[in-house]
Amino acid sequence: MLKDITLGQYFPGDTFIHRLDPRVKLICVVLYIIALFSAKYFVTYGIMLLFLIVAVCVSKVRLTTILKGLKPIFIIVIITAFLNLFYTPGDPLAKVWIFTITRQGIRAAFFMVIRIIMLIIGTLLLTYTTSPIALTDGLESLLSPLKKIKAPIHELSMMMSIALRFIPTLIEETDKITNAQKARGADFETGNLIKRAKALLPLLVPLFISAFRRADELAVAMECRCYHGGEGRTRMRQLKFASFDYVTLVSGLVLCAGVIVLGRFGW
Amino acid sequence: MKQMIESQNLVFQYQTETGALPVLKDINLTVEEGSFVAILGHNGSGKSTLAKHFNAILLPSGGKVYVSGIDTTDEARLLEIRQTIGMVFQNPDNQIVANVVEEDVAFAPENLGVPPEEIRQRVDDALKTVGMYVYRTHAPHLLSGGQKQRIAIAGVIAMQPRCIVLDEPTAMLDPLGRREVMRTIHRLNRTHGITMVLITHHMEEAAEAKRVVVMDHGKILADGSPKEIFSQVELLRSIGLDVPETVDLLYQLRARGCPLPLDALSPEECARAIYSLFPPSESSRA
Repeated sequence: MLKDITLGQYFPGDTFIHRLDPRVKLICVVLYIIALFSAKYFVTYGIMLLFLIVAVCVSKVRLTTILKGLKPIFIIVIITAFLNLFYTPGDPLAKVWIFTITRQGIRAAFFMVIRIIMLIIGTLLLTYTTSPIALTDGLESLLSPLKKIKAPIHELSMMMSIALRFIPTLIEETDKITNAQKARGADFETGNLIKRAKALLPLLVPLFISAFRRADELAVAMECRCYHGGEGRTRMRQLKFASFDYVTLVSGLVLCAGVIVLGRFGW
Repeated sequence: MKQMIESQNLVFQYQTETGALPVLKDINLTVEEGSFVAILGHNGSGKSTLAKHFNAILLPSGGKVYVSGIDTTDEARLLEIRQTIGMVFQNPDNQIVANVVEEDVAFAPENLGVPPEEIRQRVDDALKTVGMYVYRTHAPHLLSGGQKQRIAIAGVIAMQPRCIVLDEPTAMLDPLGRREVMRTIHRLNRTHGITMVLITHHMEEAAEAKRVVVMDHGKILADGSPKEIFSQVELLRSIGLDVPETVDLLYQLRARGCPLPLDALSPEECARAIYSLFPPSESSRA
């Protein structure tokens, strides 16, 4: 049952977007988010939507996959739409009990929903097309200037990649413990919420103990392989900018700047 | 021959609330370069603790441990010691760091600051040596136990150690995986001349080594060739160890009055020994 969880959500492929340097993709996503929040009206949203559609088409990520990724935020979208619809002051159009719908409210709700959906699709595209290792490598490289002010960037990215590495192992272990406890008569499926939460205890305690033991053993194994922090460490896989990375980065900057300027004029 | 590991009067004790708990008591052991030594012992005999002294994961409470002449308490040369003695542990899952095979093998050379092109070369060579090159882009958690353990060995070889200490590397594997791993480490010993120290409680694995050291209660009880060690059936049994099945068979036959030697470790040797009991005329008929 737990095997269905796919964290990281990476879909391997060999498209232009897959081949982009993870740093470029990260920067572009940040630029995309800035642009999205600077967009004001149909023109700027149109540009952003066009860009998004092109990106999705190039990435060859299936539409159903994207829709599946949107499912968890459906409730948030509804609530946001609801709040914007009824709580934006302006010219009233209709009044139901204590709720007033305004023209501005409809507009705000419409654009807010589009904004959230586009935001999620844009970031989903990043995780769908970039392997978790590439992402952590990219993050480490982008944040490396912060090492000068003694921020533990290498340690953070090491922690992230180890966490990613152990997710499948711990899921497998959870499955095993669940079965072992079920065989001893543990009941995980019936009862109310509190009863079920309590039933999880015999699952979580062994899981935690084993996770700590694993951490201990891993630390010793890492020491045996000469791990001594980020100092003097090299990487086998070097991140290198290709010409198309530069082109993408510049286009991203231009697009973002353009949308900000247009947004200023209320388009 | 040069000495790879040397321990002199090694003592190690854990500090507990009730006082010091001795684990290793006065161990004197030398491992020669290029040799294949099995350390045999029951749970709690101190064999894993001893192994951890060989690359300065644990430091002696008393006595000295030298790794190719370097004192393991010399902190300035810690990386040199760890690079000389690679270590492989029981649970392959808990020693794999990355979620792609080749990234994991690259971990040690990356830590040592090897230039990227050379890391690539070392990783490819190491993976080919253990026969896992085709799996280089796989996720380790999808591999079998034996394959994972070979990845862990490759991760150590990429460091180019002169000796590998294996702490019960086959304890969690199925028979097939066990054979894969044993074949790999024997080949590494033969063709690459890497010294192997195999800690195990499988008699069959120890029987394949060139030298067997038996430990019990933090002391070395016996030290010699597999034939010398395994013919001491009573001694091994007295500390809760078993003997290989072939030796057991010969031992039981001897107890029933057959004049047989005890030092036959392979089934062929054992069969030959029994065969020699019968006069030629009778055996040709059989």
